[in-house]
Amino acid sequence: MKTLEPSMLAALAPREDFPILAREVHGKPLVYLDSAASAQKPRQVLEAMENFQRTSYANIHRGAYTLSEEATAAYEGARKKVARFINARNVREVVWTRNTTESINLVANSWGGANLKVGDVVLLSEIEHHSNIVPWQLIAARTGARLAYIPVTDGGELDQEAYARLLETERPKLVAVTQMSNVLGTLPPVREMIAQAHAVGALVLLDGAQSVPHLPVDVRALDCDFLAFSGHKMLGPSGIGVLWARRELEAMPPFLGGGDMIREVSLHSSTWNDLPWKFEAGTPAITEAVGLGAAVDYLSALGMEQVHAHEQALTAYALERLAAVPDLTVYGPPAERRGGVCSFTLGDIHAHDLATILDNAGVAVRAGHHCAQPLMERYHIPATARASFYVYTTAAEIDALAEGLMQAREIFAL
Amino acid sequence: MDDLYRQYILDHYREPRNHGSLEQPDIHAADTNPLCGDRIAIDLNVRDGRVTEVRFNGRGCAISQASASMLTEKIEDATLDELRALTPQDVLDMLGVEIGPARQRCALLSLRVLHQGIGGPYTGRMDDDDDLDDEAAAQALKERDSSGV
Ligand SMILES: Cc1ncc(COP(=O)(O)O)c(C=O)c1O
Repeated sequence: MKTLEPSMLAALAPREDFPILAREVHGKPLVYLDSAASAQKPRQVLEAMENFQRTSYANIHRGAYTLSEEATAAYEGARKKVARFINARNVREVVWTRNTTESINLVANSWGGANLKVGDVVLLSEIEHHSNIVPWQLIAARTGARLAYIPVTDGGELDQEAYARLLETERPKLVAVTQMSNVLGTLPPVREMIAQAHAVGALVLLDGAQSVPHLPVDVRALDCDFLAFSGHKMLGPSGIGVLWARRELEAMPPFLGGGDMIREVSLHSSTWNDLPWKFEAGTPAITEAVGLGAAVDYLSALGMEQVHAHEQALTAYALERLAAVPDLTVYGPPAERRGGVCSFTLGDIHAHDLATILDNAGVAVRAGHHCAQPLMERYHIPATARASFYVYTTAAEIDALAEGLMQAREIFAL
Repeated sequence: MDDLYRQYILDHYREPRNHGSLEQPDIHAADTNPLCGDRIAIDLNVRDGRVTEVRFNGRGCAISQASASMLTEKIEDATLDELRALTPQDVLDMLGVEIGPARQRCALLSLRVLHQGIGGPYTGRMDDDDDLDDEAAAQALKERDSSGV
């Protein structure tokens, strides 16, 4: 067994910061290994939200009274924190949405609706989450555009030769790919891929749902055109997400209509508010934005380089421990080219049965197709179990996972 | 855990009874659990309102597949009216193990598919179970009970 540095055995963040980690499940300490689905929240986030609601809550951009001014300042202050976190040039490049899914739908409808024509191609990949497939299918059906897919190799990486070829043959208008696979942990070489796409005149949308919470992400260095991510996977609350976009945003028509997104409304026409509010119709998730701001502060204090290093060490350790479990198959690239996600199958035990047995040992893992059915088809498996790691995960928790898996083997008499 | 994964459950999972499909079934129905991708297809041949042959196909967890396998054994020779009267509780009782809330969908997929095929009440579509109006639900149940099933 590979031995970890003592510092790597521990959590990166103080576990006491996460109240939920103190609870038990089925009489066992909770071992939460499903952060890729949604992360647990530190008390700093919970308290920021509660304090805001207790002391400064009001609707934003509305009243000329103190509370509304304070609420607006908190809401817009959180936007600035997020903009800095991803190194945006301008705070107005950050649009609040509900989640990654809504961010991608916004681009598909607004940009896609205005720019895609019959025969145009949107290039996706075989490792995409349903939220980066279905919105494109819908807009393709409406505009007559076509979808093409970058294939994944047996080892779980995007086939870069095929990608280069597809750029030449398909001449896509947009490439929409994930920066980190939620199933395989794959970290495609997006920086190079973006440069190649730009060279043939395509824009690039990055699905940052898994990358922004776990890696340093710098939109200027990456030079992407759109970046979508969710607050709930990065220690923040659910109900708040982000679309970052550059110039293109200004020319894009609105997505949803309503209050806050307008400049002037008459009975038969309206003009639009400035960015980013043009894309924020109706009363937004105000408290949740404040919570996400606190989450970004928390992650920044830990340091995203450290977050990534911690998870890579845990992943390397997990891959070794899992390799020692007989009949177990892990999918995806080697540790040095993957984020903190391990998807696996164990003999003929279905992933749900595994998850139930592990749950009984206090270990929470995800089981199923992980909203990536095309990828499951590609590997001819109906489902996998998935363990994923975050700043509060310890090596001891991975040991608990391995022990639970040995128990599952016994129960199923493997 | 040994309670849930009893020997007979694993036995039905690994060696499902009535597995396969019928050449030209009188009734065919299939469905999936959208959340987890479990899939069950059931074929029936029926004469005089009575099941003469049954086969099922599927993929998924031990609970969903054992449930389907055990259900097919239970319904051989049953009348369609008897099958329409089967309730989720009947199926849970048949399984004979404690099924937590997270796994009920797995355990009951086979019943859902059966009822979709034979026009039974438990189809998983929007139905009486989800009614918030207690009176309407009670009325629907009454109609169901008095319809001779
Ligand atoms: C890679 C990836 N993309 C998109 C999403 C969708 O995120 P959300 O459900 O927050 O919209 C997820 C979440 O599971 C994901 O892992």
